[in-house]
Amino acid sequence: MRKLILALASATVLAGAANAATVYPIDRATILVGSPFDFKVEFDAVVKPEDVKVTVNGQDYEAVFGKKAEFVAEEKGAEDMVLGSALTLRGLTIATAGDYKVEVTAGSETKSVNWDVYGTATEAKAKNIIFLVADGLSVAHRTGARIMSKGMTEGKANGRLAMDDIPPVAFIGTSSTHSIATDSANTMSAYMTGHKSRVNALGVYADRTPASLDDPKVETIAEALRRTTTKSIGIVTTSEVEDATPAAVVSHTRKRADKEQIVGMLFDVKPDVLFGGGSVYFLGKDTPGSKRKDDKDYIAEFKNAGYALATDKTELAALSGSNQDKLLGLFHTANLDVTLDREFLKKGTVDKLPNQPGLVEMTKVALDKLSKNPEGFFLVVEAASVDKMSHPLDWDRALVETIEFDKAVGVAREFAASNPDTLIVVTGDHTHGVGIIGTVDDEKPGDEMRQKVGTYDEAGFPNYEDKNGDGYPDRIDVSRRLFLSANNGPDHYETFRPKLDGPFVPAVQNEAKEYVANEAYKDVPGAVFVQGNIPKDGDTGVHAVDDIVLQAIGPGSEGFRGYMEQSDVYRVLVDAFALGAPKE
Amino acid sequence: MTETHPAFFNRRRMLCALAALPTLALARPALASDTLGFGELYKKFGILGLEFSDKVKRLAGQEVTVKGFMAPPLKAEADFFVLTEIPMSLCPFCSSDADWPDNILVVYLARKQTFVQFNAPIEAQGVLEYGSWIDPDTGFVSQLRLREAAFNTA
Repeated sequence: MRKLILALASATVLAGAANAATVYPIDRATILVGSPFDFKVEFDAVVKPEDVKVTVNGQDYEAVFGKKAEFVAEEKGAEDMVLGSALTLRGLTIATAGDYKVEVTAGSETKSVNWDVYGTATEAKAKNIIFLVADGLSVAHRTGARIMSKGMTEGKANGRLAMDDIPPVAFIGTSSTHSIATDSANTMSAYMTGHKSRVNALGVYADRTPASLDDPKVETIAEALRRTTTKSIGIVTTSEVEDATPAAVVSHTRKRADKEQIVGMLFDVKPDVLFGGGSVYFLGKDTPGSKRKDDKDYIAEFKNAGYALATDKTELAALSGSNQDKLLGLFHTANLDVTLDREFLKKGTVDKLPNQPGLVEMTKVALDKLSKNPEGFFLVVEAASVDKMSHPLDWDRALVETIEFDKAVGVAREFAASNPDTLIVVTGDHTHGVGIIGTVDDEKPGDEMRQKVGTYDEAGFPNYEDKNGDGYPDRIDVSRRLFLSANNGPDHYETFRPKLDGPFVPAVQNEAKEYVANEAYKDVPGAVFVQGNIPKDGDTGVHAVDDIVLQAIGPGSEGFRGYMEQSDVYRVLVDAFALGAPKE
Repeated sequence: MTETHPAFFNRRRMLCALAALPTLALARPALASDTLGFGELYKKFGILGLEFSDKVKRLAGQEVTVKGFMAPPLKAEADFFVLTEIPMSLCPFCSSDADWPDNILVVYLARKQTFVQFNAPIEAQGVLEYGSWIDPDTGFVSQLRLREAAFNTA
């Protein structure tokens, strides 16, 4: 009892002491010298402007920052609730590298943060960077792709993936500013800005006001490249081009779902190559299929800005010979169908859009175009559906996506072989809670599928075949196949079999807004009910907090080492390009 | 925020729903309306836009019946829901990395109905309308709608 009272007492004291202002960029932020960013102070209380004092390294902030911040007496939250006063200074740049201590006081509120403003090498180490990211890439995806694609005999792989010969150089911590857990928005944003942020946020720190487009911005790598170089920029993805990972290269929003605005942000930066899906956000609202709320026709806008447009595989192939400045490829209204459906099973939306290219073709055309710039390029290649198929626990599709990703890595390595001034980075943005635990063998006795799961010595080796040597298994539904298992998920039925009719839909929502096992799989012979272990409003498997493996090869790759925060990866990229070189 | 006593509110809502059910069954005239399948909504499905089918254009302004699945609604008291061809596993209203399929139909109910289990097939009936529309309350954009609609489990 006494303990409890003490605990209560200390909780109260804590709440009292928590009366501290919040400062963005956050404490321990790392900032590229010369890069514009927004400075914001959020006070818990309404304070008087004359009581606000901000110093930088002991000097008045205006003297150091060279600008006066705007004071907002009362910031409003939902339903006009007063959140407190705020101070905002947009588009600030710090021209000299070094340690900056920012101290803020107003009334009883006080906060002190330290920033590391860093410069880079004077000379660029690399001319080009190819940043290949498989969304959600976990160790199980790599192992599974290798076994499925190359096979295994007596415990040794029968072949190597393209990524197997790129040295793993760092473990990346993916946690976000408000949680150990994370999503593709803040993770890719950390890679592409050098600043960690909050789940769903891109290129901004997540402030407290409800508006999603007013949060304190930080510079993206695309903006840094435009500001300091004449290099080309490419974004290639199998998702919608507005999806979080590709969007992170250019965007500033608290809400990754602002896809309509993200198209505008892509247009502002004008990547030299932009390939993926998501065409419906480019169409004015009166075009059937449009998901825009305005009349903007971004297809026309991009064309007027000098882009050649491709909408299928044939037109993409024709683009490689195009002498137009910039290339826009939109190959789906939404996300591209996954490789297993696109190339083999013809499921998903392949009947409607039968001529979609894959990541490999898109990467080749992108490299062909970007490499024409004598100043070099920065290319992001994303295998989006490793994640998009891992969420619904469709491991067969996720592994085939990983094989496709690996082929794109192969294309990048081939390019680097003849262009050795190219830095290649291969990584994921976050992990999934998945592991390979053995095989499922239809030949094992009995009717119960669970009894056919082989573990330890009983797992043996899968019997996938690749007779045509294309790197993909000829069939996914072989009699002895890999068994992957998620460590989390909603209620669902485990069928122990590949989903040949289309991607797995493990759970559906009921009228109480809870996700329940999808009855469509209940009567699959041998299916067993798997009790979920995440909250019932969770629709699919979730991201893991586990570190990501980062691999790199080429000039500048020596900058990656040991454990790194995801935001530190940016520093290595901009150092390889010398984007913060001292000005003459 | 509503000040209504929760127990009263719930009971009243349920009574309304119960009362509505038999009326609905009666109000549904057998085969009085044309049926429209999800496969019949568009004649062209392209990257640069979809094109409504001749059937959609012909039936606009008329009562039609469409079979599909009720997607999880934006909120329990919404006066519209989204009808999809296949059950939605993700909830685009609740999850920011989920998005709607292209061939959805928005159903504006003539009067409130209790939402059904979302993976059960339903039959919705209402006056067909096409063209871009932004819901004034929610900002939700739709291309195809059923107005003055009601639904039944199929």
